[in-house]
Amino acid sequence: MELSLTISHSLRRLWKARRLDLLFTIIGLVIVIIISFMAIAASLVAPYDPLSSVDKALLPPSFKHIMGTDNLGRDVFSRLVYGSRTVMTVVLLSTFISMSIGTVAGLISGYFGGIVDRVLSLTMDSIYSFPGLILAIAIASMLGPGVMNTVISISIVYIPTYFRMVRGQTLSIKNQLYVEAAEAMGASKLTILWKYVLPNVITVIPVVFSMNVADAVLTEAGLSFLGLGVPSPTPDWGFDLKNGQRNLLAGYWWISIFPGIMIVILALGFSLLGEGLNELLNPERRYE
Amino acid sequence: MVSLRAYILTRLLLTIPTILILLTFVFMIMRILPGDPVLAIVGMKASPEYIEKLREQLGLNKPLWMQYIDYVSNIFRLDFGRSMIWGRRPVIQEIMDRFPATLELTIFAFMISVLIGLLTGVGSAMKRGSKLDITLRVWSIVAYSLFIPLLGMFFQLVFGVYLRILPVAGRKSPLVRIHRITGLYILDSILTLNWKGLITSLRYLILPSLTLGIVLSGVYTRLVRSSMLDVLQQDFIRALRSRGIAERKVIFSHALKNAFIPILTMMGLQFALLLAGAVLTETTFSWPGMGTFLMERIQYRDYTTVQGTIVFFALLVSLVSLIVDIIYAYIDPRIRY
Repeated sequence: MELSLTISHSLRRLWKARRLDLLFTIIGLVIVIIISFMAIAASLVAPYDPLSSVDKALLPPSFKHIMGTDNLGRDVFSRLVYGSRTVMTVVLLSTFISMSIGTVAGLISGYFGGIVDRVLSLTMDSIYSFPGLILAIAIASMLGPGVMNTVISISIVYIPTYFRMVRGQTLSIKNQLYVEAAEAMGASKLTILWKYVLPNVITVIPVVFSMNVADAVLTEAGLSFLGLGVPSPTPDWGFDLKNGQRNLLAGYWWISIFPGIMIVILALGFSLLGEGLNELLNPERRYE
Repeated sequence: MVSLRAYILTRLLLTIPTILILLTFVFMIMRILPGDPVLAIVGMKASPEYIEKLREQLGLNKPLWMQYIDYVSNIFRLDFGRSMIWGRRPVIQEIMDRFPATLELTIFAFMISVLIGLLTGVGSAMKRGSKLDITLRVWSIVAYSLFIPLLGMFFQLVFGVYLRILPVAGRKSPLVRIHRITGLYILDSILTLNWKGLITSLRYLILPSLTLGIVLSGVYTRLVRSSMLDVLQQDFIRALRSRGIAERKVIFSHALKNAFIPILTMMGLQFALLLAGAVLTETTFSWPGMGTFLMERIQYRDYTTVQGTIVFFALLVSLVSLIVDIIYAYIDPRIRY
């Protein structure tokens, strides 16, 4: 009884002080969950086949086609639902790859230092300074279209983000007393990295990951908008946006505007989640 | 205390490895990634003799390390090779034809984003914790998540299709001639007193630069806000206020000046975002700059030009970060230590 009172009391206090941050986190989470559900259950949510012509072309939104049909008579809403699958697959896969490579490289670089650290840091900083989308364009144009190739192009762009963060974190943890104690007791370097450094580094990853996914959503959409993403006719928001531009000036806005709005909503969902988590988890780095 | 000259020299020397790494990286992307550039150019049906000839022309028959040395030494002589289509013009000339359009777009987008950022950031900091502050915070997150082509198409729809008051594609009306001096149409029109040219280039510039500027402004809102809050807490601000100096003057002529250094650093970092955003903006508005150029040549498989353009972007980013660092050191002597 007393415990639950204390909990509800402290929850209320948390709500009062951090209302906005909690709200951001919750809204972000809801957006991400809904779109993930759309991606997983696409065949249940979508009323029509996204790849075949199901009605007349260029029909405006109606009860039959809530977002209208595109220039080939395909249902825009169904393509949008299946498109979430493409975006989610590419974006989550590529950020996961960048996270893994960046984290391992950052740990090694930060912990061992020396020449390896210098070369790695300089390389990562150079890549980081380069405009991400243009780098992805260069890689994607050489690899050619395809899901895996898009994943590779995007993942290379974001390796430095994780590298820099993990390296910095490792450097500060390396000098902590408990690491020195483990070293003095003769623990191997690998054990120290795995058991003492990594668990402390990992705490900052969710925030970076979430912010990074938001960015990757926009990069993926950018690549497919430029025709360098997943090859058509696979439903993809960026590509559908581009596809609709030809008919935009004639007033057929629904073909491009709906997929475009989805891109923004998904990016916004991950941004809000990252922003909210950042404020809630790191009291020192609050939005001040 | 290190002199400014010594600092600039060190910073210049540090730029060289950065550029070399970027060049190596581009080289790796273009030559080592799977996918044969020659086959990509000519397709599978070309005769083996022709493929061999093209390989020789591009220097691709040499060992990789020799190709690398050729590549780097050519770039340091600003020789980006020749385009593979249409009269084989030197790539650097083609880039110089297109670059002013991108420069004009990015300058205006940059000014718009800084202007919006300053106004919203100062407003946010002055009314800290208020509804306005919260709204602007949400706005900065939304602005960051906006997809450039979507915002661009929205503007095209509203101003081009429904209101019909602004052009939605291109750089100037085909009916107006602008004598090319710098390639920056607005500047050229003013220099030649060509008022028709000035009006048409401004009208065509509005929507693209607004699109790019709005998307980039979110970062400045947050940055201006947080650095203003830092400054407003300092003693000299309290001293100014206690002497009864008008709040407006305290904010705009004292606080803002001191809040400017972190903002300046951010401007350097933002340059990469500005360039990447320009590629999308140009494609959305058929703006004939570096972005549309790059995409066009990727489609034609003009391999040397694509490589040259990417290298040019790399050099540009390094140059801007060098300049920003130098200005930074000039304004704030502390970082020269």
